[in-house]
Amino acid sequence: MNATVDKGGAEPIVELRDVHQAFGSSEIIKGVSFSVPKGGVVCIIGPSGAGKSTLLRCINGLVPIQKGTIRVARFQVHALKTDAERIALRKEVSMVFQQYNLFPHKTALENVMMAPIHVLREDPKEVRERAVALMKKVGLEAKHAAYPGELSGGQQQRVAIARSLAMRPEVMLFDEVTAALDPETVKEVLNTIQELAREGMTCILVTHEMRFARELADEVIFTDDGKIVETGPPAELFDHPREERTRAFLSQVL
Amino acid sequence: MSALPVLLPAAERLARAAEREREQGCAPFRLEASHGVMLLALFAVGCGIAQAQGGVDKPSTLETLLKWTPVLAKGFAFNLAISFLAMAIGTVAGFFLGAARISLMAPVRGGAWVTINFFRNAPWLVLLFYCMLLLPFQVKVFGVTIPIPDWTKATLGLALPVMANVAEIVRGAIQSIPTTQWEAAHSLAFNRRQTFWMIIIPQCVKRMLPPWMNLYAILTMSTVLVSIVGVNDMMSQTQRVLSAESRPELLLAFYSYVLLWFFAYCYPIARWTVRLEARYAVRQ
Repeated sequence: MNATVDKGGAEPIVELRDVHQAFGSSEIIKGVSFSVPKGGVVCIIGPSGAGKSTLLRCINGLVPIQKGTIRVARFQVHALKTDAERIALRKEVSMVFQQYNLFPHKTALENVMMAPIHVLREDPKEVRERAVALMKKVGLEAKHAAYPGELSGGQQQRVAIARSLAMRPEVMLFDEVTAALDPETVKEVLNTIQELAREGMTCILVTHEMRFARELADEVIFTDDGKIVETGPPAELFDHPREERTRAFLSQVL
Repeated sequence: MSALPVLLPAAERLARAAEREREQGCAPFRLEASHGVMLLALFAVGCGIAQAQGGVDKPSTLETLLKWTPVLAKGFAFNLAISFLAMAIGTVAGFFLGAARISLMAPVRGGAWVTINFFRNAPWLVLLFYCMLLLPFQVKVFGVTIPIPDWTKATLGLALPVMANVAEIVRGAIQSIPTTQWEAAHSLAFNRRQTFWMIIIPQCVKRMLPPWMNLYAILTMSTVLVSIVGVNDMMSQTQRVLSAESRPELLLAFYSYVLLWFFAYCYPIARWTVRLEARYAVRQ
């Protein structure tokens, strides 16, 4: 049940070992191990309720784990006790959500600028320049002053990506970021992520976009019922799945 | 059996109203223009009665009302001053009490819960009496005697229930913000305090404003309670004027006049609240 993406044998930037997570009495993650090298792109696929989103939330410390270890860069995530320690971690790991979760009382540009100014305490002028550049990068240079409520789903999601990027993270987590979008806007968001991945950003994506996973991922992890069923490079996993469960799932979604 | 057809429409009406309430929740009572018209009618009737009973040798009712209006207005100003102060104190205290309800520390949460429920459910008049009787009439600080006038104590007494109600409004508003907003903020490395002040509270203000203004209208009308504990508000002044005039026929005219003053003040607030609520409902 181990998955390692080999990229020159460098020390992986994210490493999970035998992670167990339970919510109350129901166990959601039942012993998951994998690692991601710097610059790697890993897609986690699997049926709903497999614990994929929870797994992502464990990596940035939003959800505590009961057993196992998680390391991200220099942080032992499972051992973080205080808010301050978790905040140090989250400066390196950004997350993009299915429902965008932009701050509705702030404009798009303010959404992007807020965290660097108030959390990283960077110079507002510099942050502004960076935010403007990021808005351009996600193709929304004309929408600086728009409030989230005035933007389409796809536009909101791109603002959310820009907002995460503004923190200059080492790792980005994407939690089914296209699941709430209509098919036409899915592409604009996927293009943005693709560009990031090509630039060498370490990405962990939970996704239902199989074609996208095949194109982009270095490694695909198929999870079911809180466990990793099978893992491998996309060509292998999609075309020659070893496990019966993987085959059954893929025949449903492809 | 013969009475049944007569009763049925009323019973049906009640059943329908109950059904509506179950579905949409109990609609809050709101001042409307028609209430003003009814009050005016009451006032007119009061004046008419006074005029009819007063006889010809006495000054007319309107004349008497006009003569005393400056005195009554001074009392009304006192009602407003008490309402402002009690609202300000209650809002600040209630804000922190409401925030304490979502504290991560269980004792703080529990303490706030007890405080809120005690002051929200105790009768306002009882709280008022507590404050009047338990607070000293003066305190000595470094040898200087500072008197505590009755109206200060009364203001505090009214601020207590306001505080508890504001706390409930604040708590409700905070909890109406989706938890995903907290999650997003935490993911961007905001700490709890920053998340609260920069992300959650700004979104709450719009939601809190209408119920807060409602509460203010209720408080303003409740300020007449202070007349019972001997503060010179409009109500006390009216009582004094009436005993000075010693003309019982003026009673209805004077008290409906007082009602009109309160209506004239509270009605615009109620209308404004309705507008704010409508605007908020559309945005949401």
